Amino acid sequence: MPRLFIFYTRLRTEEKLLFRAAEEKGIPFSAVNLSDGLWPNVPGEAGDAALCRCVSQTQNSALAVLLESRGILTINSSDVMALCGDKIATAARLSAAGIPQPDFAVAFSPEGTLEGAERLGYPLVIKPATGSWGRLLAKINDRDALEAVAEHKAHMGAAHSVFFLQEYVEKKGFDLRATLLGGEVLTVIKRCSDHWITNTARGATPEKYPLSAEIKALLGRVQNAIGGEVLAVDLFEKPEGGWMVNEVNGQPEFRSSDGELTGVDIAGSLVEHAWSLVSGADGGKG
Amino acid sequence: MTTKVQCIVCEGDVPLPAEVMEGELLTCPDCGTELEVVSLNPLTVAEAPEVQEDWGE
Repeated sequence: MPRLFIFYTRLRTEEKLLFRAAEEKGIPFSAVNLSDGLWPNVPGEAGDAALCRCVSQTQNSALAVLLESRGILTINSSDVMALCGDKIATAARLSAAGIPQPDFAVAFSPEGTLEGAERLGYPLVIKPATGSWGRLLAKINDRDALEAVAEHKAHMGAAHSVFFLQEYVEKKGFDLRATLLGGEVLTVIKRCSDHWITNTARGATPEKYPLSAEIKALLGRVQNAIGGEVLAVDLFEKPEGGWMVNEVNGQPEFRSSDGELTGVDIAGSLVEHAWSLVSGADGGKG
Repeated sequence: MTTKVQCIVCEGDVPLPAEVMEGELLTCPDCGTELEVVSLNPLTVAEAPEVQEDWGE
């Protein structure tokens, strides 16, 4: 009999919602705090499913690779986690698929960023290739700022030795966050902020937003390009109209999109979907 | 069942949620320190770790 494992290290709202949902739905599951865990003593066997919910992306990726080696289905797969966990890899994949996104450049030295700025113009955004919650994002308004930030980043270790530069998109105070499960769009919310970083982890206010045919089609293209069972896609409205993809998250937090605001039980849908993939129960779409 | 734990920074009383779990985060109402439940038996809290570079979705 398969089992659903929910691995975590830090109990966020999402993990609590997942535990409660699995319990309410009668899914045989185990919540495992991985903080003091040791492979190969981590539970699970071939045919089980695992939601990798560690707060650290690096730990999630390592866990997924190990669980997969044992024949456990991880959600998402380690490949999708790696793709979404690296903004350069994501941008490259979207680019190969011809999906609209902010223009970007990748420099390999502080000097190279100046050439990138000539291509993109000011203002531009520098992002670390890995990271979340809007951390270490810098909006660069001029060359002086770029030189300063690039020099500082050059001293921040190997992870910052590649510079991901993105066109700054004037997005009218909001972006959209769409959550996809098994290839279907579950929710779309609008995240509004006076700050140029519209992340709810940074205080942006969520609102419900209608799913248009255009957005649905774009999200379908993202799903095909990235793969995965659960994705959170951030969209910007293009100044000339239409939408572009800013980021794709493969280990999404969803508290802002869940429940009261959208009327969608994301946690319940996620555990049900994960369970259906190994149990053959109804409810899965993947 | 225990309903509170002592803050390791200011010794204030920190209320525990029902069915508290390992990894749960608490905030001390007195000093504001973020605490993490690191063990249930015995109930032990530690200062929650600072946000790391790769945390989050």
